[in-house]
Amino acid sequence: MQVSASTEGPALLGGGSIIREIKASGIEYVVSVPDITTSEGLLRPLAKETKPRLIRVCKEDEGVGICAGLAYTGKRALLLIQQTGLLDSINAIRGVAVEYALPICMMVGLLEKEPGVPPLQSKRYGVRIVEPILDAMGIPYHEIETDADLGKVRPAIDGAYAASHPVVLLIGRRPA
Amino acid sequence: MMKRDDCLKALARQVTDADIVLPVYSTAFDWIDIRPHPLNYLSHGAMGLASSHGLGLALGRPDRRIIVLDGDGSLLMNLGSLVTIGEVAPPNLFHFVCENGTYEANGGHPIPGRSTVDFAGFARAAGYRAVHEFSDLKIFEQQIGAVLAEPGPVFVDLKIVAGGPQERDYSRLHGPQVRKAFREALAAG
Repeated sequence: MQVSASTEGPALLGGGSIIREIKASGIEYVVSVPDITTSEGLLRPLAKETKPRLIRVCKEDEGVGICAGLAYTGKRALLLIQQTGLLDSINAIRGVAVEYALPICMMVGLLEKEPGVPPLQSKRYGVRIVEPILDAMGIPYHEIETDADLGKVRPAIDGAYAASHPVVLLIGRRPA
Repeated sequence: MMKRDDCLKALARQVTDADIVLPVYSTAFDWIDIRPHPLNYLSHGAMGLASSHGLGLALGRPDRRIIVLDGDGSLLMNLGSLVTIGEVAPPNLFHFVCENGTYEANGGHPIPGRSTVDFAGFARAAGYRAVHEFSDLKIFEQQIGAVLAEPGPVFVDLKIVAGGPQERDYSRLHGPQVRKAFREALAAG
């Protein structure tokens, strides 16, 4: 299930590059609870854009429902959250995304993950458990650690909508 | 207090074939017998999420009225959605709560704050454009048509009691055939 991060190439992750990939993926709505990993480099510049439209929600499981409703109307959405919110929303993700097989696309900042360290090797319990939980739920995920990994974004989102299944993009360091 | 099924029958008389309706739990079992229709959106995946699904539908299909028939226990699980909906302010979203003070589908236990909670007050404070409360069926019947003509988001608190015994076959809400029928009906128009 895991698609590992690149260990070669540029050392940094660019927020502008992520936004270009999000737009290229046909995302019309970004639904978000702020995440400290992506706060400055991704969410703040996204908030200045008119497209995709940013919908600020109070709690992450709300976003799962909003993305589901949008999916039925043919609109693509991205849920931008922190892994704490992912963990808090497991029942909604279980019911809506997995059991109903809906294309809920999640971009998840890994709070306190050490840059360059694979999530499974993090010293942080809250980081190490994320991928095993996604494996247990049968949700595909991709590690995004540097710009070299950004080529995974569009195929992951296109694939989720084509086959109607959820996908998670794990952001492993703060985008610049 | 109004009987829920009487209330839903009055509402159904005002609902058109273009409207999308999202009823939850006990209300859903009454609703699908009163108004069987492929544009009933019945699969919410987790308790409390109906209003959020409704917001997504309202954004994606601004040409249709989206009518959420929430429960009071369900809404308590997702009170933040009131704030989100108030901020996004979709003009085509109509959010009803059937308030009977209990977790009816989970054994009839009382909700927290049963005697004090003010759902209409929550919605008003969250920024809904219009907020209504009904506890008299005749007044509801007289006014519901006008309520559904208002620009949303509109919140309606229905003070109800259950209508009677129900046969709760959850496959009628969560079965894949339900979602397939909805998807096809929405895509057709």
